[in-house]
Amino acid sequence: MKASAFCYARATSVGNAIELLAAHGDRARVLSGGQSLMPAMNLRLLAPELIVDIGRLGELSGISVSGGCIRIGALTRHSELFRSSEIATHSPLVAEAIAHVAHPAIRNRGTIGGSLAHADPAAELPACMVALNATIIARGAAGERRIAAADFFRGICQTALSPHELLVAVEWPVAPKSSAHFFSELARRRGDYAIVGLAAQAVVENGRLIDFRPVFLSVGDRPRLADVADSLINTVVTPALMSQALQALDEELDPPADQEASGAMRRHLAKVLLARCLAKLLGRPDLCSGVSA
Amino acid sequence: MTAPLSISLHVNGESIVVQVLPRLNLADFLREQLKLTGTHIGCEHGVCGACTVRVDGEIVRSCLILAAQADGAEVETIEGLSDNGEIADLQAAFRDRNALQCGFCTPGMLIAAQDLLTREAEPDRTRIREHLSGNYCRCTGYQAIIDAVEATARARRERKP
Repeated sequence: MKASAFCYARATSVGNAIELLAAHGDRARVLSGGQSLMPAMNLRLLAPELIVDIGRLGELSGISVSGGCIRIGALTRHSELFRSSEIATHSPLVAEAIAHVAHPAIRNRGTIGGSLAHADPAAELPACMVALNATIIARGAAGERRIAAADFFRGICQTALSPHELLVAVEWPVAPKSSAHFFSELARRRGDYAIVGLAAQAVVENGRLIDFRPVFLSVGDRPRLADVADSLINTVVTPALMSQALQALDEELDPPADQEASGAMRRHLAKVLLARCLAKLLGRPDLCSGVSA
Repeated sequence: MTAPLSISLHVNGESIVVQVLPRLNLADFLREQLKLTGTHIGCEHGVCGACTVRVDGEIVRSCLILAAQADGAEVETIEGLSDNGEIADLQAAFRDRNALQCGFCTPGMLIAAQDLLTREAEPDRTRIREHLSGNYCRCTGYQAIIDAVEATARARRERKP
C-alpha cells in the first residue's frame, strides 16, 4: 500500500525541529532513517499530518568516546555503528547486536535514535540499551532531559518521550576490561524480527558473575531485564542452580503468542538463550547440555 | 503543505529537477515519473528487497525512502548499472547458472550482490547468504544465485593482476 497524504517539513536545525514538534504535537512524526516509520505509514498503521524530516541535521550524527562514556548521536546509522572501531572496542555487545538488525540495505538508512524512539519490542538496540544501563537524551523547548533506558521503554512502540521532544543522543558507559557480553537471537530468516532474543552485559571474575544484566527482546511489550539474574550473581553456577534459574525464568516470562510462535515456544527459546548465555559468559559449555532449541 | 515539492537529483548520471508530492516514495517516483520500471515493487514495507537501488553509493530500499528525501542525491538503478556495463559479468553469471526464473527479484538481487562484491573480494557462501538475506526469491531456491555470485567473485579475483 501507499502512505496517505501528509505535509513535509525538512528541519533546518535541532531548534527548528523542536519548534515544529511544539507547534504540531502528536499530529507530527519525526522522520529519521524511516526504516520503521515508512513501513508503518505504507501499511496505513500510522497517518501523521506532518513529517518532520531530521535527516539533514549533521549535528545529530556521530560517535564519540570520552570520560569512560560513549555517546552516539540520534541520527547515527546502523551501518556506521557496524563499521565503527570505537563501538567494536568499547561496546562489543552493540557491535554484535547490530549484525542482527535487519539487512544491509536497511542498516544503511536506519538510525539508532529512530530505533529507540520507535520502541519495537522485537528490536535489538532497545534491549542492548537496557543491558548497558544507557541514558537517553531528549531535547524539548524547555531544555534537555536524561532518561534511563530502563524507564524509557513503556510499551509496544511507547516511550517516555513526549510528542514535543526530540531524541538527540544516547550515552552509555564504556565496557570495562573485565566485562563480558552475549547477544543472540532466534529468527526464521537472518535479519528478520527475532522470535526471541537476548542481550546481556556482565562482569565475570574467577568464574563468577559479579554483575549480570540479561535483557530479553520479543518476550513482552518492552525489553525485559530478567529478575532471575539476581539468583546467579556472585555464586558458582551448578547444574542444580542452573535448572532452578531456568525454572524461575519460565515462571517469570509471559510472552505473547503470534503467527511466529506460541507463548510456550517463546518461553522455551528464552531458556535456551539463557543457557547459551551462561555457558558463554562463564566458559562452561556443560551448562548448555540438556537444553536445546 | 501537501502541495508538490521541488527536488533536484541525479538518476543514473542524469540531472533531474522535478516536482513531487511528499507522500511519493522513491520507488514509485522512479517507476511512474521516470518510467524506470526495472526497480520492482513487491511488499512496499521493506521485507522483499525487490526495490533495492543505490543512493549515494549505498544500497537502500527505495520503497522506504521518500522522493523528497532523495533531493540532492545520486540515485543508481538497475538500468544505470546495466547500461554502463558495471555488472555485465554478474548478469552473465546469473544467466549461465539459471539464477533467475521469473526475474522479479533479479534487479534487487543483482544490486545487493554487486554491493557485496565491491566491498569484499573473497566473500564465502555464508557471507553471500548474509548479504542477500534481505532479498526474497520465490523461484530459484537461492542456491543458483549464491553460485552465480560466488563464480563472479572468483572470476573478478582472477582477472586482477
